[in-house]
Amino acid sequence: MPALVDVQGLVKHFPGERALLGLGRPRAVVRAVDDVSFAIAPGETLGLVGESGCGKSTVGRAILRLIEPDAGRVTIDGQDVVALGARPLRALRRRMQIVFQDPYGSLNPRMTVRQMLAEPLAIHRIASGADAQRRIAALLEEVGLDPSFAQSYAHELSGGQRQRVGIARALSVEPHFLVLDEPVSALDVSIQAQVLNLLAELQRGRRLTYLFIAHDLAVVRHIADHVAVMYLGKIVERAPAPALYAGPRHPYTTSLLSAVPVPDPKAQRQRIVLAGDVPSPAHPPPGCPFHPRCPHPKKDARCRTEPPALREVAPGQLAACHFAEQPL
Amino acid sequence: MTEPLLRVRDLKTYFVTEQGSGTARAVDGVSFEVQPGETLGIVGESGCGKTVTSLSILRLIPEPPGHIRPGSVIEFEGRNLLTLEPRELRAIRGNQIAMIFQEPMTSLNPVFTVGDQIAEAAIVHQGLSRRVARTRAIDMLRLVGIADPEERVDHYPHQMSGGMRQRVMIGMALVCHPKLLIADEPTTALDVTIQAQILELLDRLQAELGMAVMLITHDLGVVAGSADRVAVMYAGQVVEQAPTAALFARPLHPYTEGLLASVPRLDAPPAREHGRLHSIPGQVPAATAWPDGCRFHPRCPYAWERCRAEMPPLLDAGGEGEPGTHTVRCWLLTEPRRRTPHP
Amino acid sequence: MSVWTWLTLGGAAVLALAVVAELRRRLQTSAPGRRFFRHPTAALGLFVLAFFVTIALAAPVVAPYPPYYQIDIGHPNRPPSAQFLLGTDPFSRDVWSRLVYGARVSLGIGTLAMLVAATVGTAVGAVSGYFRRWVDATLMRLVDVGLAMPRIFVLLMAVALWEHIALWALVLLIGLTGWFGTSRLVRAEVLSLREREFVAAARALGAGAGRVIFRHVLPNAAAPIIVSGALGIGNMMLLEAGLSFLGLGVPSPAPSWGNMIADGWHKMAVAWWSSTFPGLAISLVVMALNAVGDALRDALDPRREAA
Repeated sequence: MPALVDVQGLVKHFPGERALLGLGRPRAVVRAVDDVSFAIAPGETLGLVGESGCGKSTVGRAILRLIEPDAGRVTIDGQDVVALGARPLRALRRRMQIVFQDPYGSLNPRMTVRQMLAEPLAIHRIASGADAQRRIAALLEEVGLDPSFAQSYAHELSGGQRQRVGIARALSVEPHFLVLDEPVSALDVSIQAQVLNLLAELQRGRRLTYLFIAHDLAVVRHIADHVAVMYLGKIVERAPAPALYAGPRHPYTTSLLSAVPVPDPKAQRQRIVLAGDVPSPAHPPPGCPFHPRCPHPKKDARCRTEPPALREVAPGQLAACHFAEQPL
Repeated sequence: MTEPLLRVRDLKTYFVTEQGSGTARAVDGVSFEVQPGETLGIVGESGCGKTVTSLSILRLIPEPPGHIRPGSVIEFEGRNLLTLEPRELRAIRGNQIAMIFQEPMTSLNPVFTVGDQIAEAAIVHQGLSRRVARTRAIDMLRLVGIADPEERVDHYPHQMSGGMRQRVMIGMALVCHPKLLIADEPTTALDVTIQAQILELLDRLQAELGMAVMLITHDLGVVAGSADRVAVMYAGQVVEQAPTAALFARPLHPYTEGLLASVPRLDAPPAREHGRLHSIPGQVPAATAWPDGCRFHPRCPYAWERCRAEMPPLLDAGGEGEPGTHTVRCWLLTEPRRRTPHP
Repeated sequence: MSVWTWLTLGGAAVLALAVVAELRRRLQTSAPGRRFFRHPTAALGLFVLAFFVTIALAAPVVAPYPPYYQIDIGHPNRPPSAQFLLGTDPFSRDVWSRLVYGARVSLGIGTLAMLVAATVGTAVGAVSGYFRRWVDATLMRLVDVGLAMPRIFVLLMAVALWEHIALWALVLLIGLTGWFGTSRLVRAEVLSLREREFVAAARALGAGAGRVIFRHVLPNAAAPIIVSGALGIGNMMLLEAGLSFLGLGVPSPAPSWGNMIADGWHKMAVAWWSSTFPGLAISLVVMALNAVGDALRDALDPRREAA
């Protein structure tokens, strides 16, 4: 099946401060996203995992052109997103939507839920008047909210309810593809499960394709078909979820997996505790970006000088490590 | 049983809401004990009262709008902290009981070097000279695993990463060798790999210094790995308390049970194979209007008339150990046959 | 005549009180309204403003004499009395009547100039903060230049070019030299608001720049704009008074509080009232505006929104 979303060589560099009263050339560059590629088949979920600052959110926003990518090709529904002009891009926005992490910041505090849901219907001339009201009520019901919530302002809702409104707003234009940017990270455990279940149901019911961005590998395992792990702007491992969780090939993936606390005191596994902090993406280490923290016993001079390519080390499983054949 | 280090009994901390119309019963009759050298995990979701409990112990509740109700008892080594003079209380705060907070970005003062901030507690509580205190600060930085402590001691907080700042916070808290460390969500703001570092550090320091730790968190995985005993809070009350192994092996309160089942786990089959995650319906009620009877009954799959009418006390669940090691605030303990999921 | 004067004066005060009471009653139901009236001087400030607005609107009814009418040119500078509430000026005109008509001019110029400044400042700030890059750099350098220029000299020069300046031109001049601060304020608000996720969500939904700015960004920046506007009216009025005092603002014999001070200035020693009362009026209104502005700041502070 052809991919619904295809990303090739995506690059986003953030300029530093500009000299000359803000008119001059920008200074040092932060390589937020550095040559990222992946594809997602229709109806599937790719989990994009990494720690803060690894560039995973930037990938999500660059794909939707909420920030302009510097290089790369993004195809959604057969259309080249990066090359589109302003008008066709706005039309394509019906097909791709985003749900944000922060249920407090992602809803306009001066608008009622009804206004928030009516706006996209008006922008794309999908519905108006009584038809719009019917659709708004149906959307609210679909995300598990009583239609009476339409009158509410964001500050009158709980975190979980706000997140449901955010999902309803994204669904209002009937997209095929959703970027879910840490959609449950800010929620309490019991609410997180409700929202994850809702997202799974919606995916089945509407045949949605998800890019699920998260830092929590346990959450991603629950929902993703494929997983890509990012570190310092690059994908270091990409594989079908069962393969990745059963046999991670990159030492960073292995460490990340072992660092996740498991709610079972008997299952205290051998923990790999990584030394040091994530380096600044403005000054990534030379060679393999992970080498200063890498716990791999075979780590050698090559890791410090030669950046490993992302290569297939098992059927469908790609890893960017010189020693991917001898995983930790 | 030895004399507990900290004994909290029937703690009630209420807040008057802005309109003055209602009272938020944020903490409503909480009792627990911390033994010397042990780690007590306090688990609950936002709004359950776990942070207010920890702030109440050091009497850091802003008054008004908050106040600790008469009748509450917080005994530290046999002295009731709630009746101490401010001067006596200050001698305990930061000295015998120390606290670390969730947000390492805002808990450090940006205009002082980390060395000054660590040294301050030592100067205030132990009367050390500046020079000696500085040496102590360097020792603390080394203890919490910061490389080049002689150089780092003169750095400002903004020159450090989040993980390092949390280490500095821990160094500050431990500089007077407290007997009790209250850690309020110490790793929530950190990345997983950094979280693992900090948890390991706390474990090591606890073993080295022999202090007791109250670990407050929403993450069941964190308590499973670090705590000796766990108290689960819901709606301002402790609903279940047990040794860690017993709690995870045999969660008896329906809330604990539901919470454990709703965590997506690395060691369990995912949704694609298994279908839905278990989820607790509804949401935590507001602290101004806790439900009558058992406060969990509107969300409980087993609730019956008695749960709606009568608040259950903490009942002994039996099991291993002396009576009172595993207690549960649930009527199911009196009628265990009702524990069958409703259709 | 004098009974009527007292009656209308009392009437205006009662009406102003009624307005304040009614506002208080209506706003008591909302949290920002309660916060507004919790401010100690808010009600008083509102009363002063309501009073002056009332007499300005009802000037022909309230004023016992036409503003230009010279009562008895042989006996100028009469002290305040039952007949001439605030006395008469060196040209033998009733100070109270001129104060009442002057309220129209001074309040009107202050308010309109502020509207001009707020509109331009908001537009420039919003465009600058939203589009950033060279647009922002260029506009903000312009603002730096504007802020660096001594405003009173610019106004003096501009006014000096006209023989007899029209009121609308004066309004435009004061307004167009007064928007720089507002634009910076709005820009800062927009810069932080445009990074908020609800703005990203609106863009993701296909909203264009205009919709994003007008529906998502500016409504959330309204509070600081309103507060700075309320505080700014006082500034504009003081500027107008200053210009008029120098004889460059509102031309005599039309009454403005500024040129009333100027008219009475030379006779201060023998007739203190003709300068003092318009001066007091300006001070009162400016203080009232500041009080209301401060109370608005407390009331509209979005950080208190959830409480």
